[in-house]
Amino acid sequence: MATTADAFQAHTEDHAHDHADHKPGFFARWFMSTNHKDIGTLYLIFAIFAGIVGGAISGIMRAELAEPGIQYLQSVYPLIGVGPGAIDEALHHWNVLITAHGLIMVFFMVMPAMIGGFGNWFVPLMIGAPDMAFPRMNNVSFWLTVAGFCSLMFSMFVPGGVGMGAGTGWTVYAPLSTSGSSGPAVDFAIFSLHLAGAGSILGATNFITTIFNMRAPGMTLHKMPLFVWSVLVTAFLLLLALPVLAAAITMLLTDRNFGTTFFDPAGGGDPVLYQHLFWFFGHPEVYIMILPGFGMISQIVATFSRKPVFGYLGMAYAMVAIGVVGFIVWAHHMYTTGLSVNTKMYFTAATMIIAVPTGVKIFSWIATMWGGSIEFKSPLVWALGFIFLFTVGGVTGVYLANGGVDDVVHDTYFVVAHFHYVLSMGAVFSMFAGFYYWFPKMSGRMHSELLAHLHFWGFFIGVNIIFFPQHFLGWQGMPRRYPDYAEAYAYWNEISSFGYHIMAGSMLFFFANLVYAFVAGKKAAANYWGEGATTLEWTLPSPPPYHQFETLPVIEEHHDYHNHLPREQEPA
Amino acid sequence: MQISGSLKEFQRIAVMLLTALVLAFAAQGAAAQEPLQPDDLVGPVPAETPAAALAQQDPAAAADVADPEAVSPGSEAFPKQKAYPGKGQPVAGDWNVQKQYSETGRFADGLHVALIWVMLGISFFVLALLLYVVVRFNKRANPVPSKTSHNTLVEVLWTVVPALILLGIAIPSITLIAKQYRAPPEDAITIKATGYQWYWGYSYPDNGDFEIISNMLTEEEAEAAGEPHQLAVDNRLVVPVGVPIRLQTTGADVIHSFAVPSLWFKLDAVPGRLNERLLQIDEPGVYYGQCSELCGARHAYMPIAVEALPMDRYNAWVLAQGGTIAGAEEQGVEANPSAAPLQEPESAVPGAAGAGAPPSDLDQTT
Repeated sequence: MATTADAFQAHTEDHAHDHADHKPGFFARWFMSTNHKDIGTLYLIFAIFAGIVGGAISGIMRAELAEPGIQYLQSVYPLIGVGPGAIDEALHHWNVLITAHGLIMVFFMVMPAMIGGFGNWFVPLMIGAPDMAFPRMNNVSFWLTVAGFCSLMFSMFVPGGVGMGAGTGWTVYAPLSTSGSSGPAVDFAIFSLHLAGAGSILGATNFITTIFNMRAPGMTLHKMPLFVWSVLVTAFLLLLALPVLAAAITMLLTDRNFGTTFFDPAGGGDPVLYQHLFWFFGHPEVYIMILPGFGMISQIVATFSRKPVFGYLGMAYAMVAIGVVGFIVWAHHMYTTGLSVNTKMYFTAATMIIAVPTGVKIFSWIATMWGGSIEFKSPLVWALGFIFLFTVGGVTGVYLANGGVDDVVHDTYFVVAHFHYVLSMGAVFSMFAGFYYWFPKMSGRMHSELLAHLHFWGFFIGVNIIFFPQHFLGWQGMPRRYPDYAEAYAYWNEISSFGYHIMAGSMLFFFANLVYAFVAGKKAAANYWGEGATTLEWTLPSPPPYHQFETLPVIEEHHDYHNHLPREQEPA
Repeated sequence: MQISGSLKEFQRIAVMLLTALVLAFAAQGAAAQEPLQPDDLVGPVPAETPAAALAQQDPAAAADVADPEAVSPGSEAFPKQKAYPGKGQPVAGDWNVQKQYSETGRFADGLHVALIWVMLGISFFVLALLLYVVVRFNKRANPVPSKTSHNTLVEVLWTVVPALILLGIAIPSITLIAKQYRAPPEDAITIKATGYQWYWGYSYPDNGDFEIISNMLTEEEAEAAGEPHQLAVDNRLVVPVGVPIRLQTTGADVIHSFAVPSLWFKLDAVPGRLNERLLQIDEPGVYYGQCSELCGARHAYMPIAVEALPMDRYNAWVLAQGGTIAGAEEQGVEANPSAAPLQEPESAVPGAAGAGAPPSDLDQTT
């Protein structure tokens, strides 16, 4: 016992001894990893790769939608060999593209980056833990996600009804996904969700256990940084929502292959039951995608304002409230399915309530900056973009919450614009903010602030040109998931497609920045953002040692990490 | 750091861009007033009841019903109503919802306009706050940060005020839902829209239960007919104007959605379910819509065209389709099955090919 204690005392995180920083060989390190930082890195690399695939698919979609008619669909699938004249296969291919874009961006880009990437990297660092609670399960989570991605990719190259691939939309509504799609493609797409979902459930249990049991001495729940709070709430949402999805898609599988009729009216089932099950998962899912972003924005805004987070407890419990209320609003995705009048009224009222805690967060971020001494480093610029664009996406959400008003825009481009404002601009802006905030910490190399700012402005202008006109298309009545449209919709579609070029161009700055950092980036100091950055990861070198906190840091009674008290101002 | 000079520039650019954005929004804000123009909101006054509709009708046209011989056989007797740009169809470059032609639609449009103002107000309020902190509390303007992290009054305010705004929205919103869910009166004409892959079938159970099959017109056909391509169909959903219609939807194979933006109407067509909603159209015209639930390959090629006719013209059309009119016998009006061949509902034909107008011009457009 004594020797163990001595051994622990022998190393401190700042002066890691040789064997504390001992890394396994390449294969063992990256393919059998049990290190939360390495797994976080793997998740981020995977998310960037999936983001390139999903982004390329949206490029094909925007190209096709640039003008009326079908221009590219028959030529973008050379592997399958869709010949001219095979119109239905080409049109089916459109549905495959929208399905793949949605599933990839949700399950293989945003979730792995936010929770797997930043969550894995910084939750243990921020709570002063040496690693995640279940390191090997952490590895399983990652590789299940990769396997799920492979299954989804594979589904695109096997028959799925009219053509190759699963053309059901990311929601996989029955009966289009059951009797409406013969062939194995939809089975593989469903299996992909099973795998990714299982990976996420394991990840969620890992985070909950880690956060509840492995906080450093003195770090009470009410002293945890808000990013950790956000991951904790997200993990609970995952744990409660994903099993419902798993059940729903398993029922789809048995309906498809084993003769059950859960969703088939001919056997007493109901297609709308699937929608209830899917959205009971699907609505918490949208908060799963944005809550870690909320957490990152809180850290970043406080850091660069050199000020404590305003209303810390309000911020933490606003996320809890969003998580709780997020479970009782699902049917607002189903306003036109023929809900009863009372149901529709209830879901209208309940959905609007979510705007209150969300508003608390927006105003608290602004209040955090109020009176601050703001430095416009790239993470803060992305965070400012996030706050404004998420507000725009939020107010269109309030608009859509009104069940009666929703009737005209349900399943139109207005909805597409809304959820891209909260995801493509909300979640993605927060991810880039977090990336520039922590990239030097993770890599040990400083990125170029100039390139990061150029990336921001290109991306900001690009995505607004893509998605703002889509509000107008939706109000004019253009339905979503259409590869072709009436001439009247050509005007805004052309502008929208033009914006894609700007957005895609700005991504060159991002990749150039990665190359720059690794080739010529300056070595990053332990706390390269200065006194505003007060959470525990900034007490470690950049990059942190392979094993950190072998001696647990002790958080003093008076030391509030969320309050960002600089050390010299702490009471003795 | 090393680029503090360029940062200054970025701040300047940021302020310029955001100012431009403000100006752009301001222009839209002004445009948002458009739907409030009085003549838009008044519109033609609809007839409230079938009796009133009949009383309103043109005597010459009424003669058509009284004298069945005047109803010529075949669809030629019913040249399609002309569709007018800007009515019941999207307008190129327009940013707002389509003009509404139903009472609930106009009520919803009013709420829609109010919501636009709320959205603009909140967005600009947040933008203004952001710009203020960016200008006032940047490192140069405010080198020493405050340590304030709590203020109970503002925290209560920014919880209570949004809640009150939401309450203000909820009241008209709930009213709108109640209006949309008003039960159709017992004597309302029932019309059923069935979604097939990939076309619509419209059956008229109150008029002899005939079914009309509605396929999209090809680009050439639409052009010849002077109608917008992708919205024009061969056989429209013909409905009487100014009277309540009990519109039912169901799906024959997968879920479809019956949607007409200019009537603020959207109802999913779900297999195994019969959804029902009241529809009442104010004035005659052609109102286009499109299938609004992903239903497979040709999801984008099964549009909806609603043709609203005065009651007498509607009755004449029904007779020409071989349908019947309730109480018509007393008036000496009989069904004329030979007038137009009753269309075989394709749902009755096993293995019927989905004969939705295939986008046969696709390969030509590539």
